[in-house]
Order: sequence, then structure tokens, then C-alpha cells
Amino acid sequence: MGRRAALSSLALLPLGARVVSAMPAAEAITPALVEAAKKEGKVSYYNAMDLSVVEPMAKAFETKFPGIKVAVERSGAERVFSRIAQEMASKIYRADVVNSSDAAHFIAWKKEGWLAPFVSEDVAKDVPADMIDPDGLYCTQRIHLSAIAYNTRLLGAADAPKGYMDLLDPKYSGKMVKAHPGYSGTIMTATQQISRELGWSYFEKLSKQKVLQVQSATEPPKRIEAGERAIAVEGSDYLFWMSKERGQPIEVVLPVEGTPQVSNPMGIFKSTQNPNAAKLLVSWIMSPEGQQFIVDLSGQYPANKQVKQKQGRPTLSSIKLFREEPAVVAEKADQIKAQYAKYFKV
Amino acid sequence: MTLPRFDLSRPMIGAVVAILAVMIVLPVGWLVVYAFSDKAGNPTLANFVTLFTDPSFEDPLITTLIIAFSTSAICCVVAAPLGWLVARTDMPLARTFRVLVMASLVTPPFVGAIAWEMLAAPNSGLLNQIWRTVTGAPADEALFDIYTLTGLIFTIVCYTFPYVFILVANALDRMPGELEDASSMLGAGTWATARRITIPLALPTLLAGALIAFLQALNIFGSPAILAIPAGFHTLTTKIWSLFEFPPKPELAAATALPLLVLTVALLRAQSLVLGRRSYAVLGGKYGAPRLIRLGSLRIPAALLAMALLSLPLFLPYAALFNTAFSPISSEFVTPATFTLRNVFFTFGQLSSTMPALVNTLELATLSATVCGLLALLVSYIVARRAVRGWPVLNFLATAPLAIPGIVLGVGLFLAYTRPPLTLYGTIWILLIAFVTIELPAAYQQFRSAFHAVHPELEEAGRMLGATRVRTLWNITGPLLRASIVATWCFVFVGVIRELSAAVILFTSETKVVAVLIFDLKESGDVGAIAVLSLTIVVITAFVLALANRLGSGRDAVRLRTLA
Repeated sequence: MGRRAALSSLALLPLGARVVSAMPAAEAITPALVEAAKKEGKVSYYNAMDLSVVEPMAKAFETKFPGIKVAVERSGAERVFSRIAQEMASKIYRADVVNSSDAAHFIAWKKEGWLAPFVSEDVAKDVPADMIDPDGLYCTQRIHLSAIAYNTRLLGAADAPKGYMDLLDPKYSGKMVKAHPGYSGTIMTATQQISRELGWSYFEKLSKQKVLQVQSATEPPKRIEAGERAIAVEGSDYLFWMSKERGQPIEVVLPVEGTPQVSNPMGIFKSTQNPNAAKLLVSWIMSPEGQQFIVDLSGQYPANKQVKQKQGRPTLSSIKLFREEPAVVAEKADQIKAQYAKYFKV
Repeated sequence: MTLPRFDLSRPMIGAVVAILAVMIVLPVGWLVVYAFSDKAGNPTLANFVTLFTDPSFEDPLITTLIIAFSTSAICCVVAAPLGWLVARTDMPLARTFRVLVMASLVTPPFVGAIAWEMLAAPNSGLLNQIWRTVTGAPADEALFDIYTLTGLIFTIVCYTFPYVFILVANALDRMPGELEDASSMLGAGTWATARRITIPLALPTLLAGALIAFLQALNIFGSPAILAIPAGFHTLTTKIWSLFEFPPKPELAAATALPLLVLTVALLRAQSLVLGRRSYAVLGGKYGAPRLIRLGSLRIPAALLAMALLSLPLFLPYAALFNTAFSPISSEFVTPATFTLRNVFFTFGQLSSTMPALVNTLELATLSATVCGLLALLVSYIVARRAVRGWPVLNFLATAPLAIPGIVLGVGLFLAYTRPPLTLYGTIWILLIAFVTIELPAAYQQFRSAFHAVHPELEEAGRMLGATRVRTLWNITGPLLRASIVATWCFVFVGVIRELSAAVILFTSETKVVAVLIFDLKESGDVGAIAVLSLTIVVITAFVLALANRLGSGRDAVRLRTLA
């Protein structure tokens, strides 16, 4: 039974019949926690954010709490997922804080019983309830989108695609770069949504457009910036915007059909060797200060209501968004990868 | 003070045999077991049915063969004349050329592939930009497209032909000049002599070179991972690697690895059958130095041609790496106005994996070079002096890893050490085992030829005076072999830094090496950091080599042998 089905059957129960919920009590950043975290001295942070955002963020945390080193372990979310599975199977307990661009991973890890319950004070207070796991095992850290973008030096605004179907036009053949759902959680999430909305035939046709196939959703922004291809079929929206804000000739297109939304949950592994440093890192990232840091640097959409989204970026409510279905991704990820490989050959 | 005199050699030899057996039999054994098992561990042939019927496996198989054959052929066509120019003609800069070829071999092939992306990606590639500027071609036209099968083969050739070149040049160096002299005295012209004497004598070496090139291309992982996947195709090695994506399919990976193993073993076997005898013909005895052929007016063009060829693995890629390292965007030519240290600051100031990866790499390279050197020294000693009855087994075991491709070894070690009794996965020890295994054959060959130059009488004298075998080795043989030891140590050190294919299967977050870090960065498109890291490891390698060379008084094993 998928998670969505479970939720809807719970909804049928009279309110009082449900166990009050396993939500743990919220914990604040106390001097005792900071002290204990410093004693541990280090924390690993497995994630899929672009290095240009996550490394400065880790450094900001290290500056705020001297004596605690953050080991940033960045790869594509799907790659992180296999690495964690492999490490857990080999009893290597190195993952402390884990953050994925594929929300389905947290469904899988919850089922495995790998996650530790933890809700920080700021999360309990300022994060919408639907972004928090009912058992307090994970919580959305930020949201980003998968957008289309193009290099204005290589493509005039008049020639630019408006949406996904436009990309199938033969005039764009050989001019596009695209990331891979077997590597990137952003792309896995987006591929499920797009295949649901437009059908797999869209991908079948797209695969005949001589697309340059890269891995990470963070690479198409770098490729169109370098002028290697004119159009990024998809990619992490915040990197397109960051590039544009740096003065690069990049224009973002929110597809007319709809834009895939990507929630990035974060949680702590039960097997962590640095439980206090892990709690401190999560608490800080979810605090207004941590969230503001992410927004200021990258303009991703914050989960904490105290923090406003970045000026100059479209509001989420103004965008036609595709609905996220992590439970379906959790169930169908292998199928999606296989189907994708059938069309794109890799 | 006299210690109880106990000859350590017996237990030591026993240990060496056991270590070698475990090193090779364990991974290969598990590989075979897995290849013939299903998920539940029951015996089955289903993996091979999939392998030979599923087009997603067949295509990579065919692609891989195409790559291996063309690489081999092109390498010979390029390297043979080049080797001849350098060894047998009066082409200027021949010595410099040799040194530079060695330098190009320090470049990890995957770094070369990334550099060639910077140069020859169809739109952003620097060479294509220059071409468009010069010819005024429109924006979407390109002279080169590296994301093609041809592009991939080209890149593999760039980092394979130097091996063939070295083989050919060395063979031509050793070739008896008297035979050629005799030929010309009997009235044959320069070209007839070349055709009748030089080429036939060099042919076995060239075939050996062709084989090495074939095996390199067959088993290479980094270049296809970087160039084939963006172009939308797999080779066998990238396919094997992709089978470790979630959910991992180690059974299929093992089954896919077996054909590589079988093919490699078969080819090496065929080589020893065909060439085993002949290749010694020019090795025995001492001959006069070969005559140099006068190129006359062709001297300068020949040198230019040679340098142009060297620009492919060396000058152009390093120019691209330097450009990217100090440029805000990899596709822009760096100018004094755009010159930036941003990538350097990012790599060393922010990227938290940099230092751990550098430390892991240098630690592993040093350890591997030391362990592998010691092991190879012991084995070659035992074999050279026929110290135990079973020495041919040792000879076989020490050469066997040559037949195990890096990625295959990675898979085998992964299967062998993710389970008790030795759960080494996740430690640097599994990487150490991998690197020592991979480098052992080369180290062993180095020492074997070196031992031929040390007279057993010296050792026997030591033994007669009452020293144990170990002490003799330490006090007499060791110092005599110093140059070889240093050369081998350097060789393994460089080999470990270049290694990606086994490491990419065996690393975990805590045991990441620079090669894997570069590969990770490649997957997220962070080329600036890649350029900085690549240049860093090349500088470190060069420094270590220079230092080691000073310790070894600069004499290499080959020269030692000719002196003796």
C-alpha cells in the first residue's frame, strides 16, 4: 500500500480514533546541545544540492558553530540513495544528516526504519504541517523547480520554446541538453510528473532529438551557460536564475504545460555516530538564519514561513505546478529508470 | 649480540604464496560464482542469456569491440613510425620527445577525456570556437564533435599510443645495429634494409603493442563514462558500472565482467604463444648501437610532426585545463581581465572533499607503491633464484592480474569483501588490495629483469658467510637493485593516482580518492574544480617523481641492465 493510500484511509477514520501521532516533542538549540555537538566535532551531510550552494552553507554553519566540521557528501540524489543503501548493507554508518531531491527516498528509508525522529523548535513552529512527516522522521527543507532555460546568445526570444511539446520541434534537434533520472532526484521527480501529464510518448519523441545527455540536474545550467547547447530541457531552476543574476545570457522558461515541483526533505539517520551535531545542523538549516542563507544565496523556496522567498523570482502560487507524488515515485522508480533507458539508451 | 639464527625465508615465502592466492583467487572466484547465480543464490545461466540476447547488453559489447580494434590499429599506425623516428633517425629533440611522452602518461586518461571535452565539445569546445572565428562558420557548425564514437576512440588513442610508442622505441633501441649494417654492406638501400630487417625485427614488439592497446581500450572506464554516456551509448565497462545503480545487480555485473576477463586472458595467452619465443631474439647479448638514419631536409618536418602528435595527449589538454582553472566559464578564453582564482578558492577553501580525497590518494599511492614493491621484490626474487619448488605458480600468480581489467577486479573485490570473514568494504584496505593487485604485474616484470642483472654469486657469498636469506636480500641484493626499486615505486605511485575503474566501484564516502572526486564533480558539471584538482595531482605526482628520481640517482632499471 502506497503512502498516499495509507493517508486517505486514515482520513476516513474519525479524528479521535487516530493515535494522537508519534510526533516527537520539538527540541530547541540549547547550549547543552551545542556543547555536545562540539564534543562530537563533525557531522556528515549527504545531499544533492549544487556545490556552489551547499559548500558555502556548510561553511556558514562551521563559522556559526566553530569546532564542528561538516563533511559535505554531494552527488545526484539517486546516486546518494544507492550509496546509502550500499553503506547500510555493509554496516557502514557514516550518514548523519541526509537531504534528497527525491522525496520518495524518505518513504523508502522510513520503511527500512533508518530514520531517527527529530523535530526542531523552528520546524514545529514555522513549517507547514504538510511538509513534516507525521512521525517527525523528516521534513521538507526547501523547494525548487525543474525548469526549461535557454542561452539568449544562441537563441532569440522569438525562437524560444514555450513548453515541453515545443521541444519536439525538429528545429531544436541537436541543440538541447538534458539530465538523467537515474542520477538526479530532481529529474526523477520531474520525469514521473511529466510522464504522468504528457505520457511517455513525449520522452520517446524527445529521445530522437539528439539530446546531449548529462547526469546531474545541476549540469544543464552550466552547459547552456558555457554555450555548449542552446536549450536546457530541464535543470534545477535556482541555478538558471543564479546564472542569469550573475549577468549571464540565460532566460528561464516555465513550461506552459506545467512545471515540476521538487520538495527536498531532510532527516537524521538513526545509526548516526554524531547525533547531537546532526540535530544542531538540521536545527540551524531549518532556523530562519539557515533558511535565509539558502534563499539569499540560491533563491530556492524556503520551508520556514518566517523567511520570505527571494525578490525577483516568481512566487510558487503564480506558477502552474505539476503535483508531486512521492509515493508513486517510491513505487515506480525502477520502472521509470528502465523506461527512460529504453528511449535514451543510457 | 647474536639473535637465534632462524631463516625467515620459509614462512615468508609461504605467506607470499598465500597472499597472492587470496588476492587473485578470491575476487575472481566470487565473480564466477555470482555470474552463475540468481538473486537468491541458486545456480543459473539466466545472466548470460540476458547478456547475449538483451540489446541493451549486446550493443555495448559490439561498441566495445569496435573501440578496441580501432584503437589498436590506430595506435600502431601512429606509434610505429613515431618510435622509428625517435629511435632510429637523427630527428632533432628526440630525447625531449621521449621525456614528454612519459609525461603524457602521468595524465589520468579520464582527465584527458574531460580536457578534450573542453577542447572539442561541438559548440563550447575551444578548438571549435577558434575554427569558427577563423573560418567564419555559423554558430552551430563544428569541426570536431567529441561526443561521438569517433571522438571517444580518438581520446582513448591519445592516452594509449604512448604505451605502444615506448615499446616500439625501446625495442628499436635494443635492436642489433650489426644486422642493419650487414644488410647495407651487402648493397641494400636504406629503405630495403628497413623493410627487410628493421620492420620484421620490430614486428613482434608492434604486435605486443597492438595487444596492449587493444586491452587498454577494451577495459578502459573513465573516457567512455565521460564521453559515451552524453552521446547516448554504453561500453561494457560503463554498462557494468551502471549495474551498480540502485537496485544493484551484482549478478549481472559479474556476468558482464566475465567476457572481458575471458577475452583478456585469451589474448594474452595467444600473444605468448605467437610471440613468446621470438621476442627474445633481439634481447640476448650485446650489440653495437644502432645507426641513425639521416633524414636530411625532412628533419624539421619530422620533429614538427612528432610535436604535433604530442600536442594531442599533452599540450592541448593542459592548455585547456589551465584555461578552465583560471577562467570564470570553461568555454571562455581566459584574458588578463577575466582571470580569476575563484576555482582555486572554491576547490581548496570550500569544497570539503578536497583535502580528505587528496590525503586518501597520497596515502594509498604511497602505501600501494611500498606494499606492491615489497611483494613484487619478494616474488621476483623467489622466482629468479628458484628459491622454492613451486616458483612457476608464483610467476603465474604475479602476472595474472594483468588479465583482470580494473573494473572487473573492482566488482570481484566488492563481492569478496562485502561479506565476512573480511568485511573490508568501506575501508581504505580494500582499495589498497585493488591497487596492489592491479600494479603487481608491472612491478614484478620490472624486478624480474632487474634480478637478471644481479649475480647470484654475490648472494651466495653472503649466505656462505652465515647470513640468512632475508638478511642477504636486505644487505646485498636490495642495495644493488636500488634504481629498480625506486623506478618501480614511482611507477606504482603514478598508476594508483591514475586509477579510476576499480576505485569507482570500491570507494565509500570516507575513502574517496581524487580520481573518484573528479568523477563526481564531472557528473555535476563542476569543471572549474576538476581543472584545479587535475593540475594539483599532476604537480604532486611530478614532484614525487622528481624526488624519487633523485633518491634513485636518476638511473632507471633499463639502463642498469645494460650496464651490467
